[in-house]
Order: sequence, then C-alpha cells, then structure tokens
Amino acid sequence: MSAVLEVEDLHKSFGGIKAVRGVSFSVRKGEILGIIGPNGCGKSTLFNCILGQLDPTAGRVRLNGEDVTGLRPSDLNRRGVGRTFQLLQVFPDLTVRENLILAGQEHHGSMIGRLFGPRDAGLTASADTMIGFFKLDHLADAKAGGLSYGQQKLLDAAMAFMAGPQIVLLDEPAGGVNLTMLASLKERLRAMNEELGATFVVIEHNMEFVMSLCTRVVVLAEGAVLAEGTPAEVRANPAVMEAYLGH
Amino acid sequence: MTAETDTAPAALAVRRPGGRIDAALVTILAGALILWFAPVGMGRYGTYVLTLWLVMAIAVMGLNLTLGVAGLKSLAQAAFMGIGAYATGLLTAKMGLSWYPAFAISAVATFAVGLVVGFPALRVKAHYLAFVTLAFTSLVWLFLRNEQWLTGGTFGLPNIPRPTLLGTRLDDALSFHRFVVVVTAALTLMIWWLMRSPWGRAFLALRENPVRAASLGVDVRAYTLLAFAIGSAYGGMAGALYAPLVEFIDPSPFAISASFFLLLMVVAGGSGYLFGPFIGALLGVVLPEWLRFTGGLYLIIFAAIVLLLLIVCPKGVLGLAEQALGAVVRRFRRTS
Ligand SMILES: Nc1ncnc2c1ncn2[C@@H]1O[C@H](COP(=O)(O)OP(=O)(O)OP(=O)(O)O)[C@@H](O)[C@H]1O
Ligand SMILES: [Mg+2]
Repeated sequence: MSAVLEVEDLHKSFGGIKAVRGVSFSVRKGEILGIIGPNGCGKSTLFNCILGQLDPTAGRVRLNGEDVTGLRPSDLNRRGVGRTFQLLQVFPDLTVRENLILAGQEHHGSMIGRLFGPRDAGLTASADTMIGFFKLDHLADAKAGGLSYGQQKLLDAAMAFMAGPQIVLLDEPAGGVNLTMLASLKERLRAMNEELGATFVVIEHNMEFVMSLCTRVVVLAEGAVLAEGTPAEVRANPAVMEAYLGH
Repeated sequence: MTAETDTAPAALAVRRPGGRIDAALVTILAGALILWFAPVGMGRYGTYVLTLWLVMAIAVMGLNLTLGVAGLKSLAQAAFMGIGAYATGLLTAKMGLSWYPAFAISAVATFAVGLVVGFPALRVKAHYLAFVTLAFTSLVWLFLRNEQWLTGGTFGLPNIPRPTLLGTRLDDALSFHRFVVVVTAALTLMIWWLMRSPWGRAFLALRENPVRAASLGVDVRAYTLLAFAIGSAYGGMAGALYAPLVEFIDPSPFAISASFFLLLMVVAGGSGYLFGPFIGALLGVVLPEWLRFTGGLYLIIFAAIVLLLLIVCPKGVLGLAEQALGAVVRRFRRTS
C-alpha cells in the first residue's frame, strides 16, 4: 500500500515554545489514523502545519509522494485534502445545502465558467446525496446557524467530504457532540471509509471513539511521537498510560 | 444572523444568496421604470440632481462590493471615478472618440488599475489598506492637478460631449437622464447576477470566514483581487457617465474627501445590501441639495445627520428597515 500522506520530521516553534518537535508518520490509502495526546501537546498545530495554515519551522509534507510543504490551504484543498477545524466552522447564514455547494464549487470548472454557469455550480444533486449520507435530509433548506451543535458538527464534516477528497483531516469531530449524535457520526465516518474508500486522520480526545473507529493510532506527547500502533497495542503501552495520567 | 433576517422581505435580504431573490429583480425593473418618468415636470436642475444621484449610486455600488461584500475598506473609489471621468473626457473631447468605446476603455482601465492597487490588499489588512488606497487617491489627484498638458490641471477639461444615440446627441437633460437610467439598471442587474452566481457565494464566504473558505478551496487571493477590481471598474464607469453629465471636469471632485464621502455613503445606505448604495447616494447627493439654503453649513449638517444615523443603526438605513420590517412581520404573524 502506498502512502497518501507523509509527514517527515516536522517542527514548529512559536517564539520560545516548541509546539511540534520532529514528528514523522505516514497515512496509507483507506486507513483511519487516530492522533491522540494530552491538551496542548501540539495536535492542532501539527494539522495546521500539514495543511498550510501555519508554516512549519522545519520538515516536509508529501502528498502521494509529491512535496506540498508550505502550499496555501486553498491549493492543498484543491489537490484533494479536506479538513475540519477544532472549532466548529460552518457558514451560519447559508443553508445546509448552500454550505455543501460552497464546499464543492471551487473544484468544478474554471472561475469564469462558474461565473456564467448555473447558480448551484451543478452541485445540487451531489449536495443532496451528501445530505442524505449524513442523514440531514429534513434540514437541507434550514440555515446552518439554526442547527443544533451536533448537527452543525455533522455538516462541518460533510463539507470536508463534498469535493471527493483523497484524504480528510478531522480535528476533534466528536468534541461536544452528544452520545446519540456521536454514534451517528462514527457510523457515517466508517461508512465513508468502507463504501467510498475515504482515508482519514482524526484528532480526538474521546478514547472510545478513537479505539473503535481507527485502524492505527499515533500518540503525541509534548510535541513528539510517543507511541504508534494498533488501538490494542497503544492501549497496552505503559508510556501512553503515564503520559495521559501525568496530566 | 439573528431571527430578524429570517422574516425580512427578500428584496432587502440580498446578502443571502439562498433567499427568493427575484423580488430584487422586480425592484430593479420597477425602479428603472419609475426613474424613467420621474423627471417629468422637474425642470433641468431637478433632472440633473436625479441623474447625478444615479451616477454616484454606481460608484457606491462598486465600493459596496469591495467593502460590504469582500470586507475591504478602500479609500480609492473617488480616484477610480476620476480615472474614468478623465479617460472618457480626454477620449471624447480631445480625441473625438465616441462615448461607447470611451466608456468601455474606462471600465477596462480601472479594472486593471484596481487589480494592481488591490495587490497590497492581500498583504496588508484593515487600516493599512486604507493608507495604501489613501496614498493612491492622493497620487491620482496630484497627477490630475499637475499634469496640465494632459488634464488641463486646475483649469479642468471643458466641452465633454454627451453620448449619441441613434444619430442624435443626448444634449437635453431628460434624454441623458433616461440614458443613465438604462445604464444604471444594467449595472445593477450585473451586480445582482454576480451575487447570485457561485462567485457571490465565495465572496460571502470570504467575508464571513476567510480561513474556512480557503480550507474549502476558495482562492482567497483571486477573489479578493476580483472584488477590488470589479468595484474599481464600477467607479470608473460612474466617472465615464459623470464627465458627460457635467460636461466640464476638474480634479476637485476626485480628492481624498470625496473618497471618504463615498465610503460614508456605503455605510449609511447599509453595506452589503444590493440597494444600499441607492439609499446612501440619495443621502449623499440629494440631502446636500436640500440643505443648500443653509449656506456654508450644509456639509456640517449633512455630516451630523449621517453620524447620527450610524449611531442609531450601524447597519445603515437598509439594516434599520430590515429590522423594522422583521418586527412588523413577526407581530403580524403573532396576531393572525
Ligand atoms: N498561534 C500560536 N501562538 C503561540 N503558541 C501557540 C499557538 N498555537 C498553539 N500554540 C501553543 O502550542 C502548543 C500546542 O497547541 P495545540 O493547539 O497544537 O495543542 P493541541 O494538542 O491541539 O491541544 P488540544 O487538545 O487542547 O486541542 C500549546 O502550548 C499552545 O499554547
Ligand atoms: Mg487542538
């Protein structure tokens, strides 16, 4: 299996704070990789460096073997990397369907073509498929800002998939989501993986969620990789237990 | 946005591409029809003020796109108007070109200059952009004033001809007014179209949350530049109508104060609303005319009125109207 995403010796400092100190890992096609670690260990910073939101101090990021370090977020997205942010980010004034159309429109045709083309960029059907997939059917025409928190989280994740990405990075998709919604989110993500062969990297604090969803887990502590392995291996690792209990 | 916007009439709520926007289309067409007949019995001067209002509304519409839609605070709109006015004036009065190609050249030129001036907008934000555009406005004004060989300097550029339509020059106030009504309607329709297109959705996303927009593939650089350049071209086109309207131009209406004034009109009308510029320009053009009897005081009174307005409703006249209508609709629903 070839690696979709490779991170090589990534470093990021904020002034004196070394948030990420030499992280390397790779993600294979069709994999669901979990990233766990205590608060402030550098998980979100790692994502932001991979995704062009922050410039890494050192290190390389490769997508399908091609160096994409330092590319702009919009360029990375158009090369097939989707993401969500730790804090919920949907467009509250747009309807659920409009949010999804926005998430897909820049991937179709040229800018000029979009200006003179249909208003929905020809994406209503695929937006509705995505809405059905995430079971938001009854909310398609509702303003995203009026949805419950959990429903917005589902929409946020759905937006990351709208453009048919090769890989999606999700920062705490389960954060603040209630148990019923959590089960449904997990089920949706697993279905995405099994039915569409989607590849994920998931940052999550909810252990049950990570251990039951992910095929492999990377544990970060103080900006570096502490352990890596299957959920069972990681759970049995005493250093991991200590890192978590130590906080 | 809050519940108010949900119940607001669609004609006002063009900020949202999701609503029933056809009401806006009806408003544009009905407005054009009314303005076509409006000057009957008004006399030359009344007609002139009405035409001037529409010309200013075009410039404000452009700035509204730059500011209200893409969120860029530009103080260069008067300069773009000046470039358009002088380009059209020189091409028609001095080089004998017809108005139509001169108008097109003015639009393309200001679009191109807008692209160049817009580049700093990508690097610097907020008040720094204001400085950059302020410097640009001064530069243009100095050029217009000092390069006498080309622009006539402070003596100005006289004898700018009116456009010709079907062989007749639109020399009388009414026929030129009607000409401007048609052009204004067409330019308003273009903005309406733009805001309904996927570009409008991208502009909205950029204003609301540029970081999330970029993560969804929206090219922040390209769209920001385009919003700025299209807004500038509207300034240029307004200038291309202004020159034949007044038939004589000098640098004074394109000074820095005019750029501030245009920005004030965007905010006063309601930034981000499709029809905000018409309200803003109405306040900016007609109110000073009505206040003329106060002599030198009118600018101060006008500024005070606008200031008061902004304290009462920071979202402008249309923001206030939207709230009021929302409240009425809710009360009506409750009682029925
Ligand atoms: N923009 C920034 N400027 C300065 N320091 C930062 C910045 N962003 C993050 N940090 C610091 O970097 C470290 C890692 O932060 P990060 O957000 O990556 O942690 P995290 O693992 O995602 O935590 P959590 O689980 O709470 O989300 C923290 O010490 C944080 O204070
Ligand atoms: Mg985090």
